[in-house]
Parts: sequence; structure tokens; C-alpha cells
Amino acid sequence: MSHVYVPWLEGAILVPLLAAVWVRLLRNPDMAWWHSMIACGLTLGCSVGSWAQFAARDGVEADRATLAARLVGDGVLEVDTLSAPLLPLSALLYALTVLATLRTKVRRFPFAWLLVSEAILLATLSAKEPWIIIALLAAGIVPPWVELRSRSKPTRVFLVHMILFVALLVVGQGLATIGGPSMTVVGVALLMAAVLVRTGIVPAHCWMTDLFEHASFGTALLFVTPMVGAYAAARLVLPIAPDWALRAILVLSLATALYAAGMALVQHEARRFFCYVFLSNSSLVFVGLEMATPLGLTGALCVWFSVGLSLVGFGLTLRSVEARTGRLSLDEFHGLFEHIPKLSVLFLLTSLASIGFPGTVGFVGAEMLVDGAIQVHPLVGIAIVIASALNGLAVLQAYFRVFTGTRHGGSIDLHSRISERIAVLVLTALIIGGGLYPQPGVASRYRAATELLSERQVRLGGGTATQHAGSQPAAHHSPAG
Amino acid sequence: MNVDTLYSVLGLGTVAFPALLLSVMGLTSLLGWPLGERTTARATQGAVIGGLLTAIAILAMMLASGTRYVPIELGNWEIAPTEHFHFHLKFVFDRLSVPFTILSFVLVGTIGAFANRYLHREPGYRRFFLLYDVFLLGMIVASLAGTIETLFLGWELVGLSSALLVAYFHERPAPVINGQRVWSVYRVADAAFLIAAVTLHHLTGEGNFAGLMDKGFWPEGVAELSSREALFVGLLLLVAAAGKSALIPFSGWLPRAMEGPTPSSAVFYGALSVHLGTFLLLRVSPLLDLSSLLSAAVVILGLASAVLAAMAARVQTDVKSALAFASLTQVGIITAEIGFGLRYIALLHIIGHACLRTLQLVRAPTLLHDYHSLENALGEHLPQQQAGFWERWVPDGVRLRYYRLALERGYLDAAINEYVVRPFVALFHWCDALERKWTDVLSGTPSRESDHVPPTMPIGEELT
Repeated sequence: MSHVYVPWLEGAILVPLLAAVWVRLLRNPDMAWWHSMIACGLTLGCSVGSWAQFAARDGVEADRATLAARLVGDGVLEVDTLSAPLLPLSALLYALTVLATLRTKVRRFPFAWLLVSEAILLATLSAKEPWIIIALLAAGIVPPWVELRSRSKPTRVFLVHMILFVALLVVGQGLATIGGPSMTVVGVALLMAAVLVRTGIVPAHCWMTDLFEHASFGTALLFVTPMVGAYAAARLVLPIAPDWALRAILVLSLATALYAAGMALVQHEARRFFCYVFLSNSSLVFVGLEMATPLGLTGALCVWFSVGLSLVGFGLTLRSVEARTGRLSLDEFHGLFEHIPKLSVLFLLTSLASIGFPGTVGFVGAEMLVDGAIQVHPLVGIAIVIASALNGLAVLQAYFRVFTGTRHGGSIDLHSRISERIAVLVLTALIIGGGLYPQPGVASRYRAATELLSERQVRLGGGTATQHAGSQPAAHHSPAG
Repeated sequence: MNVDTLYSVLGLGTVAFPALLLSVMGLTSLLGWPLGERTTARATQGAVIGGLLTAIAILAMMLASGTRYVPIELGNWEIAPTEHFHFHLKFVFDRLSVPFTILSFVLVGTIGAFANRYLHREPGYRRFFLLYDVFLLGMIVASLAGTIETLFLGWELVGLSSALLVAYFHERPAPVINGQRVWSVYRVADAAFLIAAVTLHHLTGEGNFAGLMDKGFWPEGVAELSSREALFVGLLLLVAAAGKSALIPFSGWLPRAMEGPTPSSAVFYGALSVHLGTFLLLRVSPLLDLSSLLSAAVVILGLASAVLAAMAARVQTDVKSALAFASLTQVGIITAEIGFGLRYIALLHIIGHACLRTLQLVRAPTLLHDYHSLENALGEHLPQQQAGFWERWVPDGVRLRYYRLALERGYLDAAINEYVVRPFVALFHWCDALERKWTDVLSGTPSRESDHVPPTMPIGEELT
């Protein structure tokens, strides 16, 4: 049966790119916001279309006669099981960020660069060729750097880490491509180091807190929450890394998850707090990715999706509050509940989803992750649970400090605007809907996990990975409920 | 309609009524169409009565037919077949769950009616009822849970609603600080529960209580675990139960929980929430039979908590705190009963104690008023209690120590603050200072803009 091919993917990448040029020419900030919103909406539509088209083909590899194939070559940009839901998720994050940008911030927010970064991100997530991914990852660094420069903020911490990241990627991939056992091992180690830097694994995490300190909240949020570091790990490291390398990443990621959760509890300011909560959660995704077992990997991919959704909502809520009050100290109570009750509900909901609270989109992934971790080692599972518990303490502490504890005495109307309410409703629907009906998401992520493990098995020549791919041996544990 | 279908319909109805109530309240609040007080009260009344009637109907059918175990299968919520992983949603009606469910409906319904008047025209009326609905659903799901995951689901809902209700008067810092403290203890309990649940999966391949307990219905089930496995899982579950039921060393949260409005204090911390830990121990009680060490631990923890609470209750200066510790004394005794294997007695004790304590806590605000009226009528203070045995025979120094120990609640909170919270916070402050130095060096300038966000109103007590 033949399918009519619609170039949704190409549209999702080209629309924001062209819109960026157009928005750059606009002089009216309100118009720039409107046009950016329209572009983000169209991009979201295209990315949903590409997902639907992929699903309609029942996961069959992309038609080689796509527009992208004709333009840039076969297999360079295509949707697969891993990227199919990540594309609309990323597009949604951008659309919600633009939607929730208050008019007071419209003049300062770099919409054109936001659209450029969206195009780069979507291209990255649909790329499979290592060198293309590396080039796009390097290009993705430019928009936040330009913003930092234009705001006359210090860039050195960010730049040092990002240059290190790109250098490690290039050299690592170069050595892995050249081949030879020793070269490949060194190459894998360097690629590992690169993704650790980009993901913000301790001690290479300071660029992330620095970015949240100096960049606009929206830009920082969109640079870190799509978790392209995890994508790079899945595409570049997971298929070729030996087991010892994955175990090393797992240990470092676990340490980061615990460390960041602890740090989140002692932060004095909301942005830094958010950064550490995000870091802890994204490290948990990494823990799952490096387990390289179907269950752990499925859990990680589910958590990736849920953390992306919930923490962007969480971050956007903080951003909206910050837009009303300025930078938020967590050493005092702000008592904003009476003024912005809907935002407070969203804050609570997204924060609970991020810690895997039952009934939210994060629950399923968290449970699978812990289950998968126990398979690897009971202590890994226990550490994940402890990190999650610490995050739970941190997010409710932040909720109490921002929204309760006193009466906010200001006379200015702080009520949420229509655009914010729409964002709240969309996110709430997705978080609760995904929590109550998780099976489609789990099935899709399970399929992506098994494909990644199969690829790993093929690339490693059926070595140690064979026992992980596909179904478990009967003697292995069976966590049925 | 055959009997099985009728059981299914009624069983689903028992859970569906609270779920529907929460959906309606949540959706209307979120969409900006909040229900009025009268509608809220009627909806709550309807849902509680509906749920209660279905539960009673099931009980009647079970008694009439002599059935001891009615499972209601909802299938798998999520499944990864080749990994043998699924989240099994299942509810069971048995000799433990049916009384506890009916108790929950009766007490929550009573308090709903009470709160409707008590909180009339309060700004937080709807917020209270929304959290009340979350609590009700959590209690019913936990009571009827047929798998450990389902129990965890209800357990978490109860925990969240409880913490937020302690912080109900959230325009003042003290309730919020206490809410955070309660939440902290609950997170520790939840973590222990989750680890126990996952471990149980891996040891038995089941989360299903029926499968886990292998033969016989509650309380005669036999667990399929070795003694060491039962000890490990049981101790984790004991930590979870201790957190939820305010047993040692977590007793400090119970008087803090009284910061919430009287209705929630009555139903949650005096009656239902505080018994959820003991309910968990009852549910997994076949594990206790496998390990005498575990049973001993349960008995010791229960008795120690009871003694401490009995001491603390005698030095409280407000009626709600005195009742809270009196409640804990009984919970400690119930825990010890479970450890001794007296399952039915423990269940009866829970039911009787929960009803009595709800009545006492609801009566507490008007009791003081009545005392004042009596004194006004008499024209003098009511006669004080005469010196008793202890005052006459125990030296002053010993009594003073005993008094301080009781007043400080065994110094448990102070010990947790000193040996857990303070080192933890100090360690991460030290890490934060190191990070600051590192980023300052890298950037060549002071790197933290956030340092210029000063607090305007310092918080009285460190929260963690």
C-alpha cells in the first residue's frame, strides 16, 4: 500500500528558520511575538504531522524519496521511533514558551534567535548521521551565546564548557570513525566525556547554573530542557560504548542526581533551584539510558518525555512569577497564591509530575526506571528513590516559599493572562492525560528502547549486549504486578 | 445480571464515586468555574453516600453468600509484555478492606458535613474540599488496593493532601513550615515503601497481595518468602508505616499536623491518616509470621511509641496536641498488637479508636467554651486535680527530667535536626561555596547575579 508523502519534517525545520528571518525584520515587538507564535504553532503542527505520518506507516523506516533526502542525502534527516514523539514535544515546549511570554518581556526577548534554535533543535532530533548531529549540536550553542553577548553578560563559563563539549565530540567521533580497537576505546571515552559535559554531569555542570544566572529564563530553559545531551548519548555513545563505559556514566549520573537534588534543597534563589531540580531529573534519564536494558531504557525514555513536559511547565510557571515580581528569593515567603492561584496549581502539578507522583505523566516512567535499576543493582534503585524523595522535598519547599507563608501586599494586578491560562490548561491536560492513560507512551518508548538496543547489538557484533536486547532470559527477574 | 457482574459494578462504584467527585471539583476549579458552597456540599454528600452504600451492599452480599474475597480486576494500566512488567490495577474486598473502607466513608462523610459549616465563607473553603476529595480517593484506593502498587497510589494521594491541609492556613508561616515538615517525613516513608514494593516484585514476581500471600485469605495468608527476605522487606514497610503513623522516630510531625483546621485534624491525623501505617502492617501481616525478629521489631516500635506518646500527652498545654499524643498512644498499642499477631483485635481497635478520636477532636473547640461557661456559672475555677501517686513518691529531680523529656517529645525532633538535617545542609552549603569559587575563577568576575536577590522577610525556622 503506497502512502502519500507530506514533507512535515522538512516543514517543521524550515518554518521556524524562515520565520526567524522574517521576525528579525519586524520592528514592532508585539508583532514579533504574534508572528513567532504563529510560526511556533505551524512548527508544532508540522511536527505532529511528521509523528502521525510515521505512526501511520506503523514505524516503517522513512521513504527514501523524501524532500530532505533529495536535498541533503539519504537518511540524513528522518523520523524514527526515538525521535517521533520528541519532535512534537520540543515544538510544544517552544510554542508554550512563546505563548507564556508576558508583554512586559516581549521587548527584550530574542524571538528571532528562539526560532533559529528551534529549527536547529528539530533538525538535531531528526538527524541520525553522527557528523550531522555533531554539527547541529555545535550550531545549537550559538543562540544562547549571542544572547549572553547582547545582554553584556559574562560568557566565559558557558563558552569554556561548550568549546570543550564540541572539541571532545569532534575528536571522539574522529577517533571512533578511524577505527582500530584502541582508537575506538579512546573515541568512545571522549564522546562519553562530551555528552557528560553537555548534560551537566558533576563536576561539569557549572555552565548550566551560570546560564540560568545570566541568560533570560526562557532561553536557558529551552537550551537545557530538550535534553539534546541525552539524544547525543543515545545516538553517538549507546550504540558503540562497551558495558564498562555505560556503567561509568551510570555511576556519575547517579551521583549527579543525588548531588543536584541535595543542592536544590539549599538554594537561595528560584532559578538556581530550578536548574538543580532539572539537573537531578535529567541525570536520572541518563541513569536509565546507560542501564542498556529494555526496561531501564524504556523507563529512561518515558522519564525523558515526562521530565521535558513537566519541568518546562514548572520552569514556565517560575518564569511567569518572576515576570511579575523580579528574581525570586527562596529565603522568604512570597504568599502569591491568592493573586495567581492558577499558576500556583500548575506549579504544584508540574513539580509533582517531575518527581513521578501517581496520576501524573511522570509516574509510569519513574516506576519503570526504578524497576529497571533494581535489575542492574539494588543500590542503584535505592539511590534513584532517594534522589526522587529529595527532589520531592525541594519542589514542595519551593511551592510553599513562592506561593504561601504570608499575604502578598502589592496593589498591582498579578492575575494570569489569557495566554498563560491556555498554557496552563494545555500542560495540565497533557500531564494528567499522560498519567491516566500511559500505555501508548509506554508502548512507543518500549519500541524505541528495543530498537536502540538492537542497533547496539549489531554495532557491537553481538557481544555482551546480546543478553540485553529483546526479551529477557526466563531466569531473569520478572517484575509482574 | 449475575452475582460476579453485580460485585464488579458495586466494587467499581465504591472507587468511582470519590474519583468522580475529585474530577468534578478539580476540573471546575481549573476551568475557572468553581462550584458554590451548597453545590460542593451536596456533591460531597452524594459521593460519600454513594460510595458508602455500594461498600455496604458488597458487605451484605459477602455476608449472605459467605464469600471472603471479592477481587475487582481493572486490568493493566501499563504493560511491557516481554519484560513481564505491568502496573496491575486491582481492588479487593475482604475482611480487612471492607471495614476500613466503610470506616473511611463514615468518618470522612461526617467530617465533610461538619466542615461544611465550620468553614462556611472561609476563603479556603473550596481548596479544603478539593484536598478533602484527594484524601478521600486516596483512602479508598489504599483501603481496597489489591496490589502493592495500587496501595502506593492511594498512599501518595493521602500523603500529599495531608501535607497541604496542614498548611491550609497558608497566609501564616507556621502552618506552612509544619506542612513542609510533615511532607518531609512522608517522603521518607514513601521512599521506604517504594523500595519495599519494588523489592517485593523482584523477590516474588508479584505485586498482587493474593499471589504474594499465596494460600488463604487475609489474615490467614502465607507469604512465599524466606525469613531473611521477609525481614528485609518487612523492615522497609515498617519504616513506611512508622512515617505514616507517626511512630518513633517520626512522632514529631503529629502535633505539627494539628496546625491545620479542626475538621482535617480530626479525620486525618486523629482518625484515618494516622492509622494508614497500621493498615499497611495488617495488609502485609503474613510477612510478620515469617520472621520473629520482624515481629519483635514491630512490637518494640509500637510499645516504645505508645510509652513516649503517653508521656508527651500528659504535658501538652493545648487540647489538640494532647489528643494527638493520646491518639499516638493507641496507634502504638495497635502496632504492638499487630506484632503479637492479634490481627482482628488490631482491626477492631483501629475502628473503635478512630471513631472515638474523631468525636473528641470535633468536640474539642466547643469543650473549652463549655468549661468557661461552667466556671462562669460556678463563679470560680473548676477544682484542680489533687497530687497523685507520682507527685508524692517520685523525687522532684526525676519528675523534672521526666517532664522535660516529655515536653521535648523524647528529643526526637531535636536529634533529627542535629544529626540529620544540620549536617546535610552544612555539606551542601559547603558544596555551594565551592561552586561559587569555581565559577568566579572561570568567569573572572563575581559570577552570581542571584546574590543580589536579598530576602526581605527571613524565615523563622530552617525548612528541610
